Formats: sequence, C-alpha cells, structure tokens
Amino acid sequence: MWKFIVRRLLITLPQIVLLSVLVFLMAQMMPGDALTGQVDPNVSPEIKEQIRERLGLNNPWYVQYSDWVTGIAQGDFGQSFRFKMPVTELLGQRLANTFWLSLVTLIFTYIIAIPLGITSGRYNDTLLDQAITGYTYLGFATPLFIFALVMVWVFGYQLGWFPTSGSVQPGLTPGSMDYVISKFKHLLLPALSMALIATVSTVQYLRSEIVDTKQKDFIITARAKGASESRVYNRHILRNSLLPIAAFFGWEITSLISGTIFIEQIFGYPGMGALFLETILLRDYSVVTALVLLFGTASILGALLSDIILSLVDPRIRIK
Amino acid sequence: MEINNRIVGDQTKSPSAMLILWRELVRDKLALLSLIFLVLVTVTVFGVSMILDQKEIVRVDLFAINEPPSDEFILGTDYGGRDVFGQLIIGTRNSLWIGFLVTLLSGIIGVTYGLVAGYFGGHIDNVMMRILDFFLILPFIMIIIVFVSIVPSYNTFTFSLIMTAFSWMGIARLIRSKALQEKELDYAQASKTLGTSNFKIIFTQVLPNITSLIIVTMTLNLAANIGLESGLSFLGFGFPESTPSLGTLLSYARNPQTLEFRWWIWAPAAVLILVLMLAVRNVGEALRRATDARQRRG
Repeated sequence: MWKFIVRRLLITLPQIVLLSVLVFLMAQMMPGDALTGQVDPNVSPEIKEQIRERLGLNNPWYVQYSDWVTGIAQGDFGQSFRFKMPVTELLGQRLANTFWLSLVTLIFTYIIAIPLGITSGRYNDTLLDQAITGYTYLGFATPLFIFALVMVWVFGYQLGWFPTSGSVQPGLTPGSMDYVISKFKHLLLPALSMALIATVSTVQYLRSEIVDTKQKDFIITARAKGASESRVYNRHILRNSLLPIAAFFGWEITSLISGTIFIEQIFGYPGMGALFLETILLRDYSVVTALVLLFGTASILGALLSDIILSLVDPRIRIK
Repeated sequence: MEINNRIVGDQTKSPSAMLILWRELVRDKLALLSLIFLVLVTVTVFGVSMILDQKEIVRVDLFAINEPPSDEFILGTDYGGRDVFGQLIIGTRNSLWIGFLVTLLSGIIGVTYGLVAGYFGGHIDNVMMRILDFFLILPFIMIIIVFVSIVPSYNTFTFSLIMTAFSWMGIARLIRSKALQEKELDYAQASKTLGTSNFKIIFTQVLPNITSLIIVTMTLNLAANIGLESGLSFLGFGFPESTPSLGTLLSYARNPQTLEFRWWIWAPAAVLILVLMLAVRNVGEALRRATDARQRRG
C-alpha cells in the first residue's frame, strides 16, 4: 500500500517540475517581460538596462528560472500590468467563483450519474436502459460549448428563468440570504450544463460495471443463499461498482478546467477561466502564466488524489 | 447457406480486416446512412466551395448587415454583411479539412509512439508512458490557446500542428497496449527468432495486424478534432473570421445580441456540427464493434 503511494508521489514531483519548466519556457516565449508596463516609456534605454540588471532579467535562464520558482513558492506571481495589482490578489478574487462553480458541477455530475447508471445497469436492455444509453451516446457526441449555448439561449434568453451573466446580482450585501440565493441562481445553469455533458462517461462506466458484476460468481452465491434483490444490489453489487467512481473526481479536474473556460465565457461568469481568456487577449502574460501553472498543478494533484483513492478501494491497482 | 459457406467452404484465408469492417458497416443501417451522409456532405462542400469565392464571401458589406434569411441570402447575413450560407459551406470545408489533417498527423505520431513503446516494453515503455501521462494530464485547451497567441507566424498549418501536439496521446496509449499483446504472439516471436529487424517487425508485421484498430480510433478522433477546432475557433483562438469555419460562425454567438436575436447566424452551424459529429460517431462505433468479434452484428 505505502509502496504504491510513495511510488506514485515520486512520479508526481517530476511532473510538477516539468510543468513549471514548460510554463517558464512559455513565459520566455511571450513578448515583453516583468518590466513591460511598469516603467515610464520616457525612461532612457540605459536606465532600463540598469533596472533589468538589478531585477536579474539579464541572468542566464536557469538562474532566472530558480528566481521565478522561489518567488512562486513564496506566493509571488509578479504584477498584473493591466489590472495594476499583484497577480495573487487578482486570482484570489476569481478563485472563489471558479471553486464554487466546479464544486456544484461535480455534485450535479454525481447526482445525475449514480441513479442513471444504477437504473441502466440493473435493468439493462429494457426501454429505460435504452433511453439512458441513448442520452449518453448523444452526450458523448455533443461538444460542451454548443450545449451550453443552447441552454443559455433556451433557459436564459427565451424563457428568462435564469440570469445570463455575472456571478451575483449587484447591490446585495455579501453574507445576506438574498446574496447566497442570488449566487446559487447564477451558478445553477452553468453548473447544470457542464454536469449534463460531463456525467455521461460516469453513467456509462457505472452501467458496464454493474452489468459485469451481475454475472460474477459471488452474486450467484448471494442469490443462492436467498438474499433479497435489494440486498444483492445494495450490499454486493453497488459496493463493488460505486467505489471506483468515487475516485473519478480527481481526473475530472482536467476536464472541469477546460469546461470552465468555455462555460465562464458563455455565461459571462467572472471566474478563472474567463480571467484566462481576458488576460491573454490583453497580453497580460504574468497572469496567464500564473493561471496555466495553477490549473496544471491542480490537474496533476487531482490525478494523484484519484490514483491514491482508487488504490485504496481497488487492491488490484496496487499490484501493478 | 451463406454462413455455412463461410465456415466450411474451402476458403483458406480468413476475411481481411477491411472486409470485416465493411460488412459491419453495411449491416448497421444507421452507420451506413451516416457514412453516405458524410460522403455527400464532404463532396458537396468541397465541390460547391470550388465555385464559391472565399474572398467574395468574407467581404464586408455594410449595406446588408445582420439581415434575416431572405431570398437573396438563404441564411441571412452576419454583422459584417457576409452571407451566412456561403460561410457555412466554406466553413464546413475548412473544419473538415483541418479535422482530417490533425487526425492524420496525430494518428501517425500516436501510432508510431504506441508501437515503439509497446513493442520494446521494459524501461523504454516505462519512460515513454510517463511522458505520455504527463501530456494527458495537462490542461491542454489552455496550453493550446497560449501557443496559438504567441506563435509568431500563425496560419492554418501552424494551428493544426499545435492541435496535433496535444491530441496524439489517446491513440498512442491504445496502440501501445495492443502492441504489448501482439509482440507476444507466435508470428512476431517467430520473426524475431529468424533474426528479422525490430523495425521490420514493427512496421511490416505488427502494424498491418492492427490496422482495423487504427482506423476505428482515427474515425472517433476525427469527431473529437472537429469538436476541438470549433471549440477553439468559438473562443477566438482558432481560425480568424477571414477564414470561416463552423467554429467562427458559432463565435458570433459570443455577442449576446446575436445569441438572443439572430439565431440564423449561429444555429445552422451548431446543428451542422452536432449532426456531423453524430454521423462520424455512428460510423466509428460500428467499426469499433467490428474489431471485437463478440459484438459484431454482420
């Protein structure tokens, strides 16, 4: 057990280092440097050069890299020259929005997946199962952003049931009940759109897992002992089939991230994905670099978490 | 009778991989219809766009902006007065074209990578798979967007290269696990004993044996790549407006006014992408069933 976790951690470390090198190289390729937009354009080139020297921008790349990493380790991502504030502060404002959006999406994903997967697996090859399988088939083929556009068009604009932009109605005091309700109303449609598409792979996995387990010897034994149908499902089949999908959420992070970029754009939701698109258009590269690094690290840690959880619930993984 | 012939008949050779794929396609009516539809769409858009002049289509005409569908413009015009129907035809061609290109390029890279990793196994496999895992974990949409906006000479070709760089991993992983099995089989082992070079075994013996798997995966990848292109163009990091694609038509819907009141600009492209992706998937799923003898219908 511990051997697996340690080995898995040993893979994670180089991954994060590799990611940081990749992001650093991307930052180097981007036009401009930490000085851009910081100094008066009228300052003479000689003085600029002096400042560069002092900031260490003329050092060889590996020295710059280690400076950069040291800064990040201390929570310093540099300055956003468009928003005129430290990147860390800027991210903090948006982080909460994206966090709530992702959390509600994950919850919806499981709320939809578990009953559908169980129904579809338990009553396989019935009309109900065919309807659910049809839904997953369509869900796989539908690009998220098109689905989201249709959702916002139907429920936001045509029916007017949901707000079509923002994360909260302006003018409400933070902390009040109205504020929380308004927040939730703004979250509901984007999260639901993302969950309805993201859930299909989990539904399909759960279905095939249950159909597989149904024919195993230990289920036949349980039936032979006279266990009731509900006991067979709750105690034997679901126990085996539900645990693996509990581990999925870590891997979902990578797709959630690309999802939030589209969803936040379409729903005008001020989160990190929207910030990423804004700043890359404004060429505010210090923010872009920080976002890629953050999202990349989140994906790597998510995968690590999933692998560890899965190895806890499924001993077969540990042996490999 | 036909079945009997197939089993007891004096056929000395088992049916070729292509024949099996084809039989399954013909047997699955939905997949066959989808294939016919795809061929028709491809021929139509490539044919019609030879007559249409892309420059003429994307020319801004300020006297005809945002016109709803009429006799003159079947699907109306966009905010630049450009004919939506013409953009739809050329856009479909561009989207299909880049979809094919990226699928082919990433297929070549992925298959080679997977074959090498799976065939050699051991440490080589281990290292190559760790690299692949890393690529798979990256939030690739973000990285593609960053590359698209910092690449110095940005055009269709560099766009497809950037997309390729982040879409070869799926097929590589699949081919690798298949190659791991194949190399243990008698024919590969026998070849090895006879002293055939690894290169020759991989590319002239193992590769032909997994063609059906490659075709299936690439078909399914085609749908994914068309989706990826339209997604990126939608966000504004794919094709520019001067080169219409299904994604650029959808990107007009980022303007709330257009989304709410001018459905004719974005809805046809949305429907077309959905139908295209479903059709490609239908074909791909039928082919996938064909590669697994237990699931075959034909």
